[in-house]
Amino acid sequence: MSQRDISLNVNARDVIIDAPPETPLLWVLREQLALTGTKFGCGISQCGACTVLVNGEPRRSCVTPVSAIGTESVQTIEGVRGGTDGRIANALHDAWVSHGVPQCGYCQSGMLMCAVALLRSNATPTDKDIDTAFTGHICRCGSYQRLRAAVHTAANTLR
Amino acid sequence: MPPRQRLFGSAMPEAPQNAVVLNGYVAIAPDDSVTVFAPKAEMGQGVHTAIAMLLAEELDCDWSRVRVEHSPVDRIYANLAVARDAVPLHPDDDATLSRAIGWFSDKVMREVGGMITGGSTSVRDLWDPVRDAGALARATLVQAAARYWDVSADSCTVVNGVIAAGNRSVRFGELVQGVTELEPASRYTRKSPEAYSIIGRATPRLESASKSDGSATFGIDVRIDNMLYAAITMAPVFGASVRSMNERAVIDLPGIEAVVRVRALNGSPHGVAVVANSWYTAQQSLPKLDVKWDHGPNATLSSESVRQQLRTQAGKPDGRSFRNVGNVTEVLESASKTLAVTYEVPYLAHTTMEPPNCTVRVNDNSADVWVGTQVPTQARGAVAGILGIDESRVTMHVQLLGGGFGRRLDIDFIAQAAQIARAVPGRAVQLIWSRTDDVQHDFYRPACASVMTGALDDSGNVLAIRASSASQSIVGAYGARNGVAAAKFDPHKSTVEGMFDQPYDVPSMDVLHHVVDLPVPIGYWRAVGHSHQAFFLESFLDELAHAGGNDAMALRRQLLAHHPRALRVLKLAAERSQWGSEPAPASDGARVARGVALHRSFGSIVAQVAHVSLGAAQDIRVHRVTCVVDCGLAINPDGVAQQMESAIAYGLSAALYGDITITNGRVDQRNYDSYKALRLHESPVVDTHIVPSTEPPEGVGETGLPPIAPAVANALFSLTGIRIRQLPLRLDAVLETP
Repeated sequence: MSQRDISLNVNARDVIIDAPPETPLLWVLREQLALTGTKFGCGISQCGACTVLVNGEPRRSCVTPVSAIGTESVQTIEGVRGGTDGRIANALHDAWVSHGVPQCGYCQSGMLMCAVALLRSNATPTDKDIDTAFTGHICRCGSYQRLRAAVHTAANTLR
Repeated sequence: MPPRQRLFGSAMPEAPQNAVVLNGYVAIAPDDSVTVFAPKAEMGQGVHTAIAMLLAEELDCDWSRVRVEHSPVDRIYANLAVARDAVPLHPDDDATLSRAIGWFSDKVMREVGGMITGGSTSVRDLWDPVRDAGALARATLVQAAARYWDVSADSCTVVNGVIAAGNRSVRFGELVQGVTELEPASRYTRKSPEAYSIIGRATPRLESASKSDGSATFGIDVRIDNMLYAAITMAPVFGASVRSMNERAVIDLPGIEAVVRVRALNGSPHGVAVVANSWYTAQQSLPKLDVKWDHGPNATLSSESVRQQLRTQAGKPDGRSFRNVGNVTEVLESASKTLAVTYEVPYLAHTTMEPPNCTVRVNDNSADVWVGTQVPTQARGAVAGILGIDESRVTMHVQLLGGGFGRRLDIDFIAQAAQIARAVPGRAVQLIWSRTDDVQHDFYRPACASVMTGALDDSGNVLAIRASSASQSIVGAYGARNGVAAAKFDPHKSTVEGMFDQPYDVPSMDVLHHVVDLPVPIGYWRAVGHSHQAFFLESFLDELAHAGGNDAMALRRQLLAHHPRALRVLKLAAERSQWGSEPAPASDGARVARGVALHRSFGSIVAQVAHVSLGAAQDIRVHRVTCVVDCGLAINPDGVAQQMESAIAYGLSAALYGDITITNGRVDQRNYDSYKALRLHESPVVDTHIVPSTEPPEGVGETGLPPIAPAVANALFSLTGIRIRQLPLRLDAVLETP
């Protein structure tokens, strides 16, 4: 494993990190950049807890080598409300709170990143659209029906 | 004399900046902020909000200024309710005896008891002391104001954190300005329930915003200067040990700090850990260790052999009796109709979203532990023992838990982290398990088999039920690995709770259990014994109803005729689910059927009606669940509804998918791909109805789980005529069986 400097753009900030190139983005975010909002859940792209936005698209950071990011921009839960998707992210945040979506809350960063991408591409999602968008995500607390309602509420607010 | 022994500890909690600690549960700061010290872990069940509501109600503070911190470890926070609940007495028949034993158990727990978040006991345990703490704090502040103004305390009123007398008023915060303590009032009175303005009101969870912006800190998110990370490889076969490893292949790799042999403590397997500057680096180096294992005596164990043993034992006539009324043997011999069938459930894993993890820093003659745990007292004792230092030298920093469900009642990973951190003194080490570690080294919900025998008269009335189950004992296994002396006393309620303690009035009933010793690690899983005994009893009652030509709802109504609370729950479930009418078909036109189940656990009664259809591939689809709960006074109705939704989702994951299997002494499943969890598109709409009540609050976190599996199984029977007596529910497997 050879160490090398890798430059990244995370939450609109340029950073240089020092990690083996195959290190998954997840561990760079959590350990080197202390952006712990992005969670480790499964390590094999099964649960969605580690979801971040790379060039605006949801990406599983647990299986994305940090060297594969290149010049693409990374957004995490910590930065998304102040970024280009801020309006959507803030509407979702408010809806998450008002519907009481989080229980243990561990999976919710990944859920929110998925929801941001959904509402950017589909301003008026149906239940079915929401179900499809979240098939890659797991919540063991069963926050599902509130999550669905909160996505609708955020979509209505943004309309 | 007020029960002050639960309000003032040997050491008071550390006050937030400039704040004054008024008692073991609350501090007030000059800016009027109120810090509630919660002695229970927040793992999603909403208990921090519920505790804060109890306290704020009596304190009359400004709710918007309330925040919660986990309390330190102290004897005043010992969980008394959990010991009371462990007594295997029938809640209706043995109330007097139960009260007497409870009084004695409270005395013992006050002396030796530890802090425990589990058994749906949190609100029951804190209902009195936290209201006392709030009322005492209010009286203390009023006393200070009254002395300042030289008026009587009785002439003061308190509204929203402001004390007033005549035309003078003072904020709570002003009273603690520039002082380090306030003399506690000698008397206080609690409000009468009619005056409640916070308790009983649907209240948003206090951590909702921080859990929706990534700022909430779970154990795995703890960051300490100069910290290290550890990954571990554990003996794959139950009871195996390390024979050899190639430490030299790893120790000089870049980023590696230490290789540590980890002994089997508190139920954990033997293992080898690697400490590195990144968890990924540590994890990637594990295969290079090339650890060889001595597999020991369990290398041929399989879940199929376990199943055969459990079936054989359950069929035996001996076994410990937990309830014996009437004369089951006689009735079975003379009844016109009898039914004897065997039910089975598999081992289950918890798979909390946050994998087990723990951060420890070993200093000179002291240690810090940052962890999400349900048992901080026990964890502290174990760490102190491993490090050979006094308990008082170990500081527990309890973090938010990314799910608990009983998994974090065990301290195996904490004992590992302490052993690992000892190798790099002065530096914090965070041990994180991979998901595969978690799935393969859990303490599983025990597999269980039960032979159910029933007798009916000519009109289909239930005359007798005998339930004879066989499984490992959770209390026995947990007690042995953690040195809990009380666990040596039989009988263990957890083996048959959910069968012997139900509100049904069956004229003759015999509940037996056979403890089977097996090397599979088992532990507390949401709803514990209720999680499977409810499936056995509620499915079997359905069978008896159909065998006797009765409606499933009508049969239950009859058996609950003398239990008004349960009857009310059942009737509401029938009304709200429109029981008796033909359900509307699914969106693809498939027929929908209903199934009902009712269950009492942790003091609460829950009835659920599941609306189920089959997809094109005979896949089981649960569209809607009507859920009615009587949990006594609902402190936070929105929190109760959340827990019903949560328990139904968790129970459905198990009912539809949950199956830990064992081949050659090791667990076959590895991750969420092979151990599936319910996802959004598979989850039902849950309609929760809370029965209004002024009775004392009862358990909420687990009580919604037991009815869901039998409700779905009963709906499936209604839909297909096929009775499934095994979990997970698999129609395809049944249809293929000749």
